[in-house]
Amino acid sequence: METIPSIRVKDLTRQYGALTAIHKVNFTVNPGEVVGFLGPNGAGKSTTMRILSGIMSATSGSAWVGGICVAQNPHEVKRKIGYMPENNPLPDDMRVVEYLRFRSRLKEVPGHKLRAAVKEAMEICDLARTARRKIIGTLSKGFRQRVGIADALLGDPEIIIMDEPTIGLDPHQIQGIRKLIDNLRGKHTVIISSHILPEIERSCDRVIIINRGRIVAAGTSNELREEFLPSNRYSLIVEGNDTAVAACLASRGIDADILECTPIAENRSELNLRVENEGNLGPQLIQILSSQREFILHSLASREPNLEEIFLAATKRSWEETIETKPKISA
Amino acid sequence: MLFISPHTYIAAVLFLCLMGFLYWAILRGMVNTPSETLPTVQFFSVFWIPVFFVVPLLTMRSIAGERSIGTLDTLMTTPISRLAVILSKFAGAYLFYMLLWLLTIGFPLVTEKLYPNAAESGALLQVEPLVGSFLFLATSGLLFISIGVFASSVTRSQLVAGMLTFTTLFVVIIGGQQMGNLADAGGELSSWAVAAVNYLQIFEHLDDFSRGIIDTRPFFYYTSTTFLLLGFSTLVIEAKA
Repeated sequence: METIPSIRVKDLTRQYGALTAIHKVNFTVNPGEVVGFLGPNGAGKSTTMRILSGIMSATSGSAWVGGICVAQNPHEVKRKIGYMPENNPLPDDMRVVEYLRFRSRLKEVPGHKLRAAVKEAMEICDLARTARRKIIGTLSKGFRQRVGIADALLGDPEIIIMDEPTIGLDPHQIQGIRKLIDNLRGKHTVIISSHILPEIERSCDRVIIINRGRIVAAGTSNELREEFLPSNRYSLIVEGNDTAVAACLASRGIDADILECTPIAENRSELNLRVENEGNLGPQLIQILSSQREFILHSLASREPNLEEIFLAATKRSWEETIETKPKISA
Repeated sequence: MLFISPHTYIAAVLFLCLMGFLYWAILRGMVNTPSETLPTVQFFSVFWIPVFFVVPLLTMRSIAGERSIGTLDTLMTTPISRLAVILSKFAGAYLFYMLLWLLTIGFPLVTEKLYPNAAESGALLQVEPLVGSFLFLATSGLLFISIGVFASSVTRSQLVAGMLTFTTLFVVIIGGQQMGNLADAGGELSSWAVAAVNYLQIFEHLDDFSRGIIDTRPFFYYTSTTFLLLGFSTLVIEAKA
């Protein structure tokens, strides 16, 4: 039997007057997946998330959540989604437990399950012992984020959407939220948008990159790596004439580019090398470079491009494509 | 949100202080210059003074406050209808407004306790004008609170919502009276125009109610405008969420 995708978006477009926030966005998220939504500011991440959670309607296109069309049955869709908006707005005058009980009632949690549901959400987010009776206005940023996530978890929704859950948190808090997301894996479908790229890379099964309202890349980190930065990368430290490295490799038939050269000590620099040839060239490179007189090789390590580089490459490519497709104005 | 916010209780204290002072001033005035009108009737005839500040204070936060801090978004992601949001905001503010008015019964009760001689005539707590006046406050309150909720739904600034509510209430309460004065001065208005002007005169309604004349026309005026404004508020938050 074919499983119904948790989220399916087809040709979704939203316009604010003359401005197109998102244009013909298509993607699918399967049940139990943790998907990262990446994009620069104003790319259309929040707009997509708001349309999915039923706050805003799309100008055209369709979105299905758990097999239900968002435009036709927004009420039913809201029962399936736990949404934490950008900046995590919370009422400052309420106590944590009061707020979560109030939200549970709004989310139609039955009366006899209400206490248990609030307790469970607070336990998951580590609020039960520390901040249960505290007034929300007095909480630190990290605790506020946890209250927002606890709210999204209430009512055991099938899909959890979090818009920038780690923004403004310190590394310890980020680690806490990462563990929390790991706990949700498999039980819920999770969509996270974030600017913190290593965060997405660690927590998410799949990444969707959006730029200027269009999806420019989608897949696992490895798939994106192969698509956008297929060449091998090495990081090496040499002492002596670093400019001779590329020439020396070219003379041995290896097509290499020095992407970055950073002096780290007197007469010693760290090079960031891109090699177009396929396969693991590490031993060959060591052999070639260590036998040179112009420089001494101190270290050589293979470097996997991180999500940040993939993100930059993907958004750059989309920028170039948009510029190319724009009609040229004749003089 | 209304009942956990300190603003609400500040508005309540201000209201009771002001109304207490007005009641005292009315009694004091009656000691100096005896009057035909009952103190209760005189007291409720200045209903517009607290309405001008209590209604904006109770309603300006309702939607505009939620919108400005962003909690309206989280409210919209729950499976409750937008009409339910508006109705609950309205009901909270309206019930609190009526509770405040009910507390003013304490003034004649306190006077009766402290000055049993003054109460002998039974003028302080005469039931008929009290019931009539409360009925007027309950029906006119529907309109006043719905004006506040509507003003709060069209903006994200609480200050703008408050000013808008105050101005609209001023136009509705004082404007109706002024139109009545103009109609009287002109004298040449056709009968339907006079009827229309009377229909909008809130002070006339209060007079009728406190004398025990319960007309269906004011009921229709207040409830129909309330439904209209609450309907508009629902449409506004539907479109501006």
